[in-house]
Amino acid sequence: MLLGPALGLSALLFSIGVAGMVLRRNAIVLFMCVELMLNAVNLAFVALAQVYGVGGYLIVFFVMTVAAAEAAVGLAIILAVFRHHQSIDLQNINLLHG
Amino acid sequence: MTLSPLVVQAVHEASGGAAGPAARLAWLTIALPLLGVVINGLLSLTRARAKAVVSLVGPGVLLGAFAVAVAIFLELRAAPPEAPLVVTLWPWIHVGDLRIDLALQIDQLSSVMLLVVTGVSSLIHIYSVGYMGDDPGYARYFAYLNLFVAFMLILVLGANLPVLFIGWEGVGLCSYLLIGFWFTDKANADAGLKAFLANRIGDIGFLIAMFLLWQTMGALDFATVLSRAPGTLSAAAATWITLFLLLGCTGKSAQIPLYVWLPDAMAGPTPVSALIHAATMVTAGVYLVARTGVLFALAPTTGLITAGIGALTALFAATIGLRQHDIKKVLAYSTISQLGYMFLGVGVGGYTAGIFHLVTHAFFKALLFLGAGSVIHALHHAYHATHSHDDAQDMRNMGGLRRWLPLTCTLMWIATLAIAGIPPFAGFFSKDEILAAAFARGAEQPVYYLFYGIGAAAAFLTAVYMARLMAMTFHGATRVGEAEQGHLHEPPVSMTGPLVLLALLSLTGGVINLPAFAGGHEALEQWLEPVTHAATALRPLALPTGTTEEILLGAAIAIGVLGLWIGYRTTLGQPILPARSAPPETGFARVLYRKYYIDEIYDAVFVRPLVWLSDKVLWRVVDQGLVDGVLVGGGVVGSRWLGRLGSRLQSGQVGLYVLLFLVGAIWVLRAILG
Repeated sequence: MLLGPALGLSALLFSIGVAGMVLRRNAIVLFMCVELMLNAVNLAFVALAQVYGVGGYLIVFFVMTVAAAEAAVGLAIILAVFRHHQSIDLQNINLLHG
Repeated sequence: MTLSPLVVQAVHEASGGAAGPAARLAWLTIALPLLGVVINGLLSLTRARAKAVVSLVGPGVLLGAFAVAVAIFLELRAAPPEAPLVVTLWPWIHVGDLRIDLALQIDQLSSVMLLVVTGVSSLIHIYSVGYMGDDPGYARYFAYLNLFVAFMLILVLGANLPVLFIGWEGVGLCSYLLIGFWFTDKANADAGLKAFLANRIGDIGFLIAMFLLWQTMGALDFATVLSRAPGTLSAAAATWITLFLLLGCTGKSAQIPLYVWLPDAMAGPTPVSALIHAATMVTAGVYLVARTGVLFALAPTTGLITAGIGALTALFAATIGLRQHDIKKVLAYSTISQLGYMFLGVGVGGYTAGIFHLVTHAFFKALLFLGAGSVIHALHHAYHATHSHDDAQDMRNMGGLRRWLPLTCTLMWIATLAIAGIPPFAGFFSKDEILAAAFARGAEQPVYYLFYGIGAAAAFLTAVYMARLMAMTFHGATRVGEAEQGHLHEPPVSMTGPLVLLALLSLTGGVINLPAFAGGHEALEQWLEPVTHAATALRPLALPTGTTEEILLGAAIAIGVLGLWIGYRTTLGQPILPARSAPPETGFARVLYRKYYIDEIYDAVFVRPLVWLSDKVLWRVVDQGLVDGVLVGGGVVGSRWLGRLGSRLQSGQVGLYVLLFLVGAIWVLRAILG
């Protein structure tokens, strides 16, 4: 059943994702970190579904759908940003700063 | 207007006797002048040249009101009511325990005032037709004048203090409008403002008196207040209430210390000076004291102060009148002085004496002002014809006018003899009664003997300055230029007619309260008895009789004759130079001419500090510094600073946002789980 190790791995993956979001500046890497966090959550849902029932599996499909849509939109935005700035370093993309 | 017989909801009397048909129509006396206001006001806005209609409507509505006043008087005489008739027109303020109706009170006192106000107003309206005929603001003038009469009648007829206050404020407004009638001259507009502001100070006193009365008595209508006051009102409360009422009266009736506006009020047209600033409005204070006589009787201290203010004002203003050159200024100070007499009368508790003098003064002072108006009218036209810029009101430019204005001269002499207290003219009886009342009060408190002395001295000075006025204007060698002399002529009959009627009244006005020694039976005293008896019962006044009375009478006549003789001789005994070549006064004459520098003193003590406070403190420190600087400016700086701080967070760096989001998420989690 491996519930404990599964949740531990999920937490580890999520933390790596958050750390990447905070520390890295490359838009593609940030995008990957988001995917990492989403999948960490998926893992937690799958693991917990063994205990709490089939609802967890259902949510996972929704999350995967959203992640797919997000990947499509997100990559398109990154492509547009790159065309405009010749860079995807987010440190330089700060037009909305105060 | 919604005034109609249908709204006369109820006529309730304290005891017996229903209001007759005329008393029920008392609202007409107010509604008719208001109708005149509407018609003349509309005409002044649309067709300023519609002279015929205005000449008809302006005096016409007043004659109608006078007819109603006569009907009311006759009805009251036929069936004298024991208690005042109160005609409630409509409920006005009903809040909690406060019950104020728009109600009119018809009793002996208000009917006398009604007759005087509508009668004298009618005459002055007719006079104005001639006097103001050439003025471009003719319709506007009559609209204001009608409005004044309407407010004056509200003041006189009001059955409670708030209704009286409507009239009180309304006549003040009309006074302001008419003083500044020729507002293109800044001095006139300033004079109107001065009158309005001086009256405001008094009005505060009136308001405070009303608040105190409501607090202590829980009622503001005369019937309740005056009947309950003797048992319920403490002496201290009565003193405070009457002192504040007195402050209001000193403002409206131009007594020390608030008299300063009245001389300046002469900037208005002369008929206005006669009507508002001599015959009617300025006597409102005397009327109020007589109306609330019971309260004043409960507060002998206020009575003493009232009498003292009156006596002092009578003497003080009379001395200033000795040295004025402007014919209207002399009459203005004379008015202040005579109002002082009335205050002396009502202050000592001689309410009838005060009202009596009010009535006779209305006759002879209106006559004096209108006579002066005739002189000014004649000189003004003469100067106009010769394009001279001399002052048509300066008596130094007159002299010997008897040759050209014989009728005006004769009529003004009648008024002069009346005001100087020469029997059998009206002023003799009323002035004598006031002095006798002051003398009688002296038996209780010797200080009233002093007031009597001051009053007698003022009577002497009155005779002196009036003889001086007549001598400078009508007698001696003329100082009118040769060119102007051909243009001098008597005014039209619309102006001389009212003068003749007023002269008849000045001559015979004493009849209304002819004392026993002259074969009368004090008709006014008896007529007013139902109104004044409550007050006189609290503070009885025994007028001197027998030898004392005869000595007082002899002294009064001697004072009057001597004053006239001295005034006439000294004025004509020295050469008078025309205004443009006259040297400035020296010594005490200069102090009198400059009115004891009271205006300058008030300016230095009140006006300048107030302007300084407003400019340097209220404007520059409070408004610019505190409000604009600290509050408005501080708010701007504060929100800008907060905005800067907030915008720092908006760095545009995704990492920072995520970090903050994380911190927030953890914090929320902690709050939920912990």
